[in-house]
Amino acid sequence: MPRQTLDLPAIEYLSILDADGTLDAPLEPKIPPEELKRLYRAFLLARRFDERMLRLQRQGRIGTFGPIRGHEAAVLGSIYALRPTDWLVPYYREWAACMWRGWPLENLILWYAGFAEGMRLPDGLKDLPLCIPIASQLPHAVGVAYAARYKGEDSVTLVYLGDGATSHGDCQEAMNFAGVFQVPLVFLVLNNQWAISVPQSKQTRAKTLAQKAVAYGFPGIQVDGNDLLAVYVATKEAVGRARKGGGPTLVEAVTYRLSMHTTSDDPTKYRSEAEVKAWEAKEPLPRFRRYLEAKGIVDAQVHAGLEAEVDGQIREAVERAEARMRPALMDVFEHVYATRPPGLEAQREELARYLAETGQAAGQGSAG
Amino acid sequence: MTQDGRKLTMVKAINLALHQEMERDDDVIVLGEDVGVDEGVFRVTEGLLKKFGEQRVIDTPLAEGAIVGMAIGMAIYGLKPIPEIQFSGFAFQAFHQVENHAARYRARTRSRYHIQMVVRMPYGGGIRALEHHSESEEAYYAHTPGLKIVIPSTPRIARALLVSAIRDPDPVVFFEPKALYHAIREEVPEAEEAWPIGQARVAREGKDLTLIAYGAMLHKCLEVADRLKVEDGAEVEVLDLVSISPMDTDAIATSVRKTGRAVVAHEAQRTCGVGAEVMARIVETAFLQLQAPVRRVTAPDIVYPGFARERGWLPDADRVLRAVRETLAF
Repeated sequence: MPRQTLDLPAIEYLSILDADGTLDAPLEPKIPPEELKRLYRAFLLARRFDERMLRLQRQGRIGTFGPIRGHEAAVLGSIYALRPTDWLVPYYREWAACMWRGWPLENLILWYAGFAEGMRLPDGLKDLPLCIPIASQLPHAVGVAYAARYKGEDSVTLVYLGDGATSHGDCQEAMNFAGVFQVPLVFLVLNNQWAISVPQSKQTRAKTLAQKAVAYGFPGIQVDGNDLLAVYVATKEAVGRARKGGGPTLVEAVTYRLSMHTTSDDPTKYRSEAEVKAWEAKEPLPRFRRYLEAKGIVDAQVHAGLEAEVDGQIREAVERAEARMRPALMDVFEHVYATRPPGLEAQREELARYLAETGQAAGQGSAG
Repeated sequence: MTQDGRKLTMVKAINLALHQEMERDDDVIVLGEDVGVDEGVFRVTEGLLKKFGEQRVIDTPLAEGAIVGMAIGMAIYGLKPIPEIQFSGFAFQAFHQVENHAARYRARTRSRYHIQMVVRMPYGGGIRALEHHSESEEAYYAHTPGLKIVIPSTPRIARALLVSAIRDPDPVVFFEPKALYHAIREEVPEAEEAWPIGQARVAREGKDLTLIAYGAMLHKCLEVADRLKVEDGAEVEVLDLVSISPMDTDAIATSVRKTGRAVVAHEAQRTCGVGAEVMARIVETAFLQLQAPVRRVTAPDIVYPGFARERGWLPDADRVLRAVRETLAF
């Protein structure tokens, strides 16, 4: 037998609204104007929240914070493709998606201020909490998707991961399991080029992250992650296929982390200003705004109105969150087990006794 | 299946619990390597695939992290998964899922979600096996808040303990002493039985010394107690811990306050092992009644040396006997 070229799937790239605001009209998704306005508001909310959280961190009012500037189109375009009855499995840089799903802003503020209460999500939301260990959320998404199908739901699970996560064993394992079990799951890779200080070129020799899907036997697509429309179209296709029993998809959204990894990070140490400037020229907000302006959905007045609205929403959330920042110290013994074992109860009493005998407040009442 | 009064091995007893719990509750799902068609490398999952189908008895690809991680996702959804790790020595590749997530999900979400999951795994030595197939890892897990760790010592306890573990709303690591899989038979009633997690068991009563063990080591300790009765006329109480976490401090304290002497035996290496925790609790609760230093009989702090030298690793009854005699004579 001669050497042959195997027939493996090719990887598509999708862009609809480019950096100049040029629209590929035949590919334009039909999103109702009021929905586009909602998405724009969510965009502004994410950006203003990002800025406010950075200030709160610098003022010492919250702890370490990971900004999302630059990711908004990738996150909102993808989450918009989900139904409320679908499942969201985030890592930690998609809280714009979480807000879209209905997480109270004050929960995020509380969490970043060191209060576990922040991850007590409202009942009814089919969302998992933020997940810090990279890629470890991916097998959970496979399990949730499997369970939902087992119980006869037609829901789809959307899980986010970053470019760094694709190097991880958990990513290989989860994608492989997802392919084998054909679960209704979409892997949304937010490829922001940098895993703290390590660029994508040092993360993998692969030309794209989307092509990794080929190895697991399901479709992969790369999209312009700064183009909300392209991310939405690709995710919607993937979600639709999953819902019909077509199995998982990997969507790679190519974007850029315009800000630092977290407030503890100094990106000038590892990347050039020229590179950041080049990506700023491609950033997602101006092109989306121009698109909406061309459609007559947003103008200077609408923009100013929405901005004032989201600023008010953020201000109120900060106030509500800070009013709840009363550490109820004895509360640390709650939520470890459904029923506290005697040994743990003895440790609880030991701390209570210590606090009482040394005249320290135990902090009555729980923040929720 | 089994009828009342039939004597079962531990493998069959665990299998009985799996069958009955899966019949009782559609949310119970078994997953792991070779658990379906092959019925488990130790045949613990025998008959499950045939009865419950491949949606509930899942042969997974070979990846411990994703087996446990996927089970965590199922539990978040509300199912009650039972992931099997083929040998406990391979569970380190899933340890991050157990520690980072299974143990913490209740706390992280303030009980919005909880992980009702039993991670089953054969553990322990004495079967002339290769490296990674003979070690005892319970202490790694016992250090982790949010988990429960249990180890049965007889077929009947194994069945009753697994029933409790499956119904427990929190994650349970269920270590199965593989040296006991076929070693002993015991009557296991068909009717439901549950052994409460957190409760130790007096396996033999005595007044002169408390010998504390669990899993396969328990049987060596019972043998020691028999020999001491015959050879020395000593009455050794043997306490089966059953539950490593939570640990039944009251049972330990009650017994040691009565006997004034204690020896702890386990297969795992010594430093920061379960024996150290048992000794600490004895010191905290029965110090004034102690008439002799508490002794540990354990594997030395070495890497598993291979089964040709397993005697240097695995404490046998003679080593336990010697420690008990010395403690009695102190």
